[in-house]
Amino acid sequence: MNELLPQKQINSFKDKASEISHPHEMIIDLLRAIQLHHGWVPDDGVLLTAEVLGVLPIEVEEVATFYDKIFRREVGKRVIHICDSICCWTTGAEMIAEHLKKTLGIGLGETTADGLFTLLPTCCLGACGEAPAMMIGFTTHGLLTTEKIDDILQRERAAVAAEV
Amino acid sequence: MNAYTQVLFKNRRPNETVLLPEYEKNGGYQGLRAAMKMQPAEVCELVKDSGLRGRGGAGFPTGIKWSFFPADQPGDKYLVCNGDEMEPGTYKDRQLLLADPHQLVEGMAIASYALQAQIGYVFLRYAYEDCFQRLEQAIEEAVEAGYLGENILGSGFDFELHVHGSAGRYILGEETSQLNGLEGRRPNPRSKPPFPAQRGLFGRPTNVNNVETLATVPHILTHGTTWFQDLALNPESAGTKLFGLSGHLNRTECYELPLGITLREVVEDFGGGVREGKKFKACLPGGASTPYLTTDHLDVMMDFNPLEEVESRLGTAGVTVFNEDTCMVAVTRNLNQFFARESCGWCTPCRDGLSTISWLLDRIEFGQATNDDLAMLKDQVKNIKGRSFCALAEGAMGPVEALLRLFEHEIIDHIKQGGCPFAC
Repeated sequence: MNELLPQKQINSFKDKASEISHPHEMIIDLLRAIQLHHGWVPDDGVLLTAEVLGVLPIEVEEVATFYDKIFRREVGKRVIHICDSICCWTTGAEMIAEHLKKTLGIGLGETTADGLFTLLPTCCLGACGEAPAMMIGFTTHGLLTTEKIDDILQRERAAVAAEV
Repeated sequence: MNAYTQVLFKNRRPNETVLLPEYEKNGGYQGLRAAMKMQPAEVCELVKDSGLRGRGGAGFPTGIKWSFFPADQPGDKYLVCNGDEMEPGTYKDRQLLLADPHQLVEGMAIASYALQAQIGYVFLRYAYEDCFQRLEQAIEEAVEAGYLGENILGSGFDFELHVHGSAGRYILGEETSQLNGLEGRRPNPRSKPPFPAQRGLFGRPTNVNNVETLATVPHILTHGTTWFQDLALNPESAGTKLFGLSGHLNRTECYELPLGITLREVVEDFGGGVREGKKFKACLPGGASTPYLTTDHLDVMMDFNPLEEVESRLGTAGVTVFNEDTCMVAVTRNLNQFFARESCGWCTPCRDGLSTISWLLDRIEFGQATNDDLAMLKDQVKNIKGRSFCALAEGAMGPVEALLRLFEHEIIDHIKQGGCPFAC
């Protein structure tokens, strides 16, 4: 996990960048790839992106810091995005958020002491028909109840344990 | 429930995605074949005659937008599909892409031919990784079958299609912000003019349309303009629309319904009425930026012009319903928090104005407000409306203005009682 991106992927991004007329357009692709592999994007990830694409680090940084789904600070092994937009609000999102905070013992924007979970608020996930909803990684979980959340957290804990 | 003609959802089955063989068997890519036998300008004219209006929120007539595009200008030209879909209450494009993604691929092939654009991008939001994978698969199948790529169906026309996975932020749904996002620039919106049709992606002519809009195009080519117009219940309108239902309804699902259907039929028949036997109080008719409708509007047609006549908008047709126990100050506070947080910070009316409105709505909701705060709220709306750099803050004023117009008495009750009368 300390590695930013496997060399094979770096080479493939370099090849593609040399073939297209605007390598700039790959900044988000590269940041997303680094985050997927490394968990978040440290300063070295910004520098690597700049080097691979032949652009200035500041051009990468001004993009990276704009997006809320690019993490420029260390996050837990699982990032929980809890929707606080209107459809989830009508179906108990505030209660769901409170349950998550209580169960994990952290506030929004914080990471559990064991480094497992980070809890972040997010705007509408496009799961309004299945509100209330949250997203872990790329997976959206809908029709949440406190029991369902406990079950999901338990499965995520087991999955992380199996990765090590 | 009335059974209405299904067009975009005709192949839809729960938890399944239609692949190329089934799509073709059910008439898929016939629209593209028909288009390739026509001149590009004739395709534009047909879409204009159909009366198709943009399904992404603004409702601009698609064929008229296309007619502004410099199709005969030499050099690179781009077609962008806006699949950012991040306005709270809106989840229709996801349903469409999960069920039957080839409709978008075919629609983009037709649109690119009509506009003579050689390169296309589908811009997808971060949360739609499931759509991303299905779309990539559909594109692969279409390239293999000769519907995309070089010399499409032997016509000599080339079109390459890419999918861009974004990384959050509502502002990316604004078309010029989206172009900056695709270019890998910081995605603040751009000043207009120049409009994207003149100088868009990488400084080249670019046309941007919504997922549902483009997915509708093949059906118009296949079945004709009269068929398309007859789909709507409103004789002055055309086509079906995807309605995503949410909030306090018994059934919160996405339905394909004819334009011109009444709000009552949507809420009572398709939504199954309000949960727990409660009464309908209000709704957002088409996403977080559309002004509220109330019980007075249950017999209004859910369509572009009829909703504008009652000072609201069809928007994306994501209908979010609130029951009789709902505090409309609290609803507006939630909506405004969304817009304030998603502001890109570029212009003062949006960056400072929306957070000031959030502060005022907090004061009202939590019983700290006086009549001066109500006056300041009205004043802030005036300072934001028509003064922001892009449409984000303008849209944010939709629910705030509707709160003042329809529910000012609730604000006054909060001030008088020193707290929320709904105890929320």
